[in-house]
Amino acid sequence: MNRENSHKPEWSERIKEWARDFGVARSIILLFLVILLVAALIMGLPMSQLFSSILSRFGMNAILVLAMIPTIQSGTGPNFGLPLGIACGLVAAVLSIELDMRGFQALFFAVGLGALLGAVTGYLYGLLLNKVKGQEMTVGTYFGFSIVSLMCIFWFMAPFKSPEMIWPYGGSGLRVTIALQDRFDKVLNNFMEFEVFGASIPTGLLLFVAVFCLIVWIFMRSKTGVALSTVGANPRFAESCGLSVNKYRVIGSVFSQALAAVGIVIYAQTFGFIQLYMAPLYMAFFAVASVLIGGASLNRATVWHAIIGCFLFQSILVVSMPVANVLVEENLSEVARIIISNGIILYALTRREAGGDVR
Amino acid sequence: MTEQQKNTLPVTETRLERKKEPFDPGYFLRKNVVPIFFLVLCIIGGYYSGLSLPFLANEIITRMARNSFLVISLIIPILAGMGLNFGIVLGAMAGQFAYVVTVNWEMAGLSGFLMTCILSVPLAIVFGWLTGRLFNRAKGKEMISGIILGFFANGLYQLVCLFFMGRIIPIRVPSMLLSTGVGLRNTLDIKAMHYALDNIWKVRIKIPGFVFPIMIPMATIAVIVVLCLFIRFIVKTKLGQEFRAVGQDRHIAEVAGIKVDRVRIIAIIFSTVLAGLGQVIFLQNLGNINTYGSHVQVGTFAVAAILIGGASVKKATISQALLGTLLFHTLFIVSPLAGKNLVGDAMIGEYFRVFVTYGVIGIALALHAWQSLQQRKTVTVEAASEPVSGGGK
Repeated sequence: MNRENSHKPEWSERIKEWARDFGVARSIILLFLVILLVAALIMGLPMSQLFSSILSRFGMNAILVLAMIPTIQSGTGPNFGLPLGIACGLVAAVLSIELDMRGFQALFFAVGLGALLGAVTGYLYGLLLNKVKGQEMTVGTYFGFSIVSLMCIFWFMAPFKSPEMIWPYGGSGLRVTIALQDRFDKVLNNFMEFEVFGASIPTGLLLFVAVFCLIVWIFMRSKTGVALSTVGANPRFAESCGLSVNKYRVIGSVFSQALAAVGIVIYAQTFGFIQLYMAPLYMAFFAVASVLIGGASLNRATVWHAIIGCFLFQSILVVSMPVANVLVEENLSEVARIIISNGIILYALTRREAGGDVR
Repeated sequence: MTEQQKNTLPVTETRLERKKEPFDPGYFLRKNVVPIFFLVLCIIGGYYSGLSLPFLANEIITRMARNSFLVISLIIPILAGMGLNFGIVLGAMAGQFAYVVTVNWEMAGLSGFLMTCILSVPLAIVFGWLTGRLFNRAKGKEMISGIILGFFANGLYQLVCLFFMGRIIPIRVPSMLLSTGVGLRNTLDIKAMHYALDNIWKVRIKIPGFVFPIMIPMATIAVIVVLCLFIRFIVKTKLGQEFRAVGQDRHIAEVAGIKVDRVRIIAIIFSTVLAGLGQVIFLQNLGNINTYGSHVQVGTFAVAAILIGGASVKKATISQALLGTLLFHTLFIVSPLAGKNLVGDAMIGEYFRVFVTYGVIGIALALHAWQSLQQRKTVTVEAASEPVSGGGK
């Protein structure tokens, strides 16, 4: 299935395949982005600032989008159960503050613990997914929603003591947003940051994301990764090869949820705030939409799909905001975000090619 | 594939035979475990909420009258094998657009309400037709498509209401628009049509010792009864038989000469139109429209309600819909107060209710997927002589 391995002779084929995969919906999105960029240029918006904020938002979301790859490749479809991993990452991030950690120590603690928790819950989630083959997306969506609301109760009851996180005047539970100012706010963004033509490049963040892209890339090429992709592409064939379909689906889920946990910590790091309660409710949809915009389908995704998709999607969001502000009202970019992200998911769902119901 | 389908037939037959067995309490409990569980939960919640019974009864009656219609609108697609129609959000939007028109025409009272109903129907038909076509392209993935379609349509809805109303679509009544003159306000006042249906015939029952009498909106209840009879009638007609045939097995229905795609679209149109009317009834009881919020949760709430009533993705009856509405909304009323009295904070109860809403849907969907997987396994193993998995439903 994976053609990334192949070298120059298949370039033309790759381009053809890419064009076929690209489809109408993505062309519209690309056209939309081009129009936005032209509009931004005409209106004389500061392109360097736009570019640096695109880069920063790309890094902020990239790992959450990467989390889609293992599940898609293992045949469980895009991971709509992402809030589970996100919740793990949030718990780890909140714990790092409770334990009074700062800077890189806090960040790496949150990333490490989050990944560990994500892997454990991902294992359980994988077992669930194996019980509901063919309906993973629907079950995952509502499972994710339930986890978010269950975690609301947790945030509300959890006995945290750090004054930065609880309400100042004796309300119960954690705050809705927790500022990371003195903790690990932008530690990666500021690491080796430099400026090119007035656009600041968040080197640390991009490096970190690159490392994770590499990890996913290597994993998908490892023996386990290839077996996982085989299971996703053709479960019967995989079974006849002696691969345990259920096992590799669980591995995909474990990897995905661990990535989700890391992803949300990085998200909070760039954003500067940890958002609790209902905030993660729709995050899965934006991650799914991103990877689909990048050219993935419901049963095939590569690291490149995730990177391109995340970059395109975030570019649209970043550029549309000031353009919309000048042209009409501020809400337009939010509306565009909803229409684009759900439109692309719908488009992927209705494509004639094989979908989640084949098995 | 065809061999497998032949083998599915005995499975369903044995299930039908099981139904005729004499009453077995264990089986009854297992079959109705969901509604019984929620009944217990409601009773516990009701006890700890500290609400007086007449007050609770009043609230429940109001909410039943308000929501039953929407929940019942889910039944036909379930019969047609399309699962839970999360796309009823589009029907709700049709209802709200209809209200925008009638408020813009400054209509009031019962005539305004009826006009809204009439206007919502063609819109809902168009929306339903589009939804049905989409579902036909995503067979087997109707539910997730419906969920995403709801979000997508909500984006388009916001686009129309925020940026087109007042600019492209002329609005006569300035109080509907934001101060900039473009875009609808967050709340649309429909006081002129408040209780238009409910007030036709209200029965007041005085309870000695309580200030407020129990009010029963008989007209609304009559409408719901008519709807129930209509659903029963539809199921008995040729069209209803076709719905069920398609729901049983798409391929066999196709072979039998039923135009499966067309029947599926009709099922969704029915559902969307009913949801549109349901939303119109719902809003006349509320008296104002939360322009950007009233419709968002319609699908989730209705689906959760019908599942709590004991329906599954494959099977739903009117009584399950009504029972589910009753239990779900009782939980709605008592859970914040019960949470406050039990744990000391109303938010806990509120979060718990949200969790239950999503959790019920998640568990029901997971159970259904698991059962059908088991069924498929038994069929492929061809040990279908005594299918244990079929008895669970």
